[in-house]
Amino acid sequence: MATAHAPTASEYIVHHLSFLTNKKQEGLVDWSVFHLDTLFFSIGLGLLAVFVLARLASRATSGVPGRFQAAVEIVIEMVADQAKGIVHSPESRKFVAPLALTVFVWIFLMNAMDLIPVDLLPMLGQAIGINYLRVVPTADLNATLGMSAAVLLLCLYYSVKIKGLGHWMHELFTAPFGNHPVLWPINFAMQMIEFVAKTVSHGMRLFGNMYAGELIFMLIALMGAAWAGTFGSGLLWIGHIIAGTIWAIFHILIITLQAFIFMMLTLVYVGQAHESH
Amino acid sequence: MNLNATLFAQLVVFFILAWFTMKFVWPPIMKALDERASKIADGLAAADKAKSDLVLAERRATDELRKARESSNELRAGAERQGAQILDEARAEAARIIAAARTAAEGEAEVAAQRAKEALRDQVALLAVAGAEQILRKEIDAGKHADLLNQLKAEL
Repeated sequence: MATAHAPTASEYIVHHLSFLTNKKQEGLVDWSVFHLDTLFFSIGLGLLAVFVLARLASRATSGVPGRFQAAVEIVIEMVADQAKGIVHSPESRKFVAPLALTVFVWIFLMNAMDLIPVDLLPMLGQAIGINYLRVVPTADLNATLGMSAAVLLLCLYYSVKIKGLGHWMHELFTAPFGNHPVLWPINFAMQMIEFVAKTVSHGMRLFGNMYAGELIFMLIALMGAAWAGTFGSGLLWIGHIIAGTIWAIFHILIITLQAFIFMMLTLVYVGQAHESH
Repeated sequence: MNLNATLFAQLVVFFILAWFTMKFVWPPIMKALDERASKIADGLAAADKAKSDLVLAERRATDELRKARESSNELRAGAERQGAQILDEARAEAARIIAAARTAAEGEAEVAAQRAKEALRDQVALLAVAGAEQILRKEIDAGKHADLLNQLKAEL
């Protein structure tokens, strides 16, 4: 878009899928690269969420609550109920339940960035010299895998804490098939696969949904961008309005649902770490 | 998809935000919720107590009302009885007074009639004497015939 001529459809898409990085990424994995846009929006939204909640919490009244407090209380009660049903240790819940709340609110906000018109923030960015900007942090695999890796660490921590290192090690080699020297490597392999599958699918599910959602918004935006004064392009322009409306409304469901699913899976995985086989 | 250090940054941020929520968001709101729950429980208990108190008070009020009605009925019956008695006494007294008055009046009337008769007798006697005087002016002497006249007077 920084070029003089109007971008082609593929240029437009590629441009919108490029992150703002500190340096160019070399290869599939490059640990020296940061996605500045992802970090900016995820940290910004995270801080916004926790500070608004903390502000509310500091003046929370046990009397008649205001509308905002009532709304937050509904969310918190929902999270607390789910946590109580899934994680059976009250001691662990002291950290896991607030963590689940953070996950839900934070991911919801990050997902909600998808509802801002796709070109709005990137264009504002260009106006101040930022050439690449992706505004939905959860459409960045690094962000979602980062969070699911955090959940994995949490699972490992609670596995050791609740079961003890020895018992957990024992379980790694004897579950799910049984305690027999021949089965030990198989059991261990199965456990490793389970951990990796859980973590990867946890992060990938959220990423996939949000990435696809973002991409569809871009494709819809391309319909409107096809406007050229002809009848056919006029139809496309109307199609943009109709499809954009439908997809945005549907997306309200998706962003909430995905935030909820991520939170629930976090609770489920942590809950599993508490249970002996 | 490119993997890079954003992943670790996100991981660390995740834990920081969760810690912050655990420290500053969750406890005050949960405390408020619990406090409200206990307030509501207290309120409901108080309402229940008030309801049972009300029932008791109503029962007591009904009792008092019934007692008051009974005592007032008693009072009224007593008063009526007393009133009737007073009325009877008064009626008897009146009758007695009337009878006494009547006998007195009758006695008086009799005396008066007697006196009138006496007076009349005297006057008739005088009239008769006067008449006889007129008729028998010369030959009849009042002094001579006094015995005769007195006899006549007694006959009247």
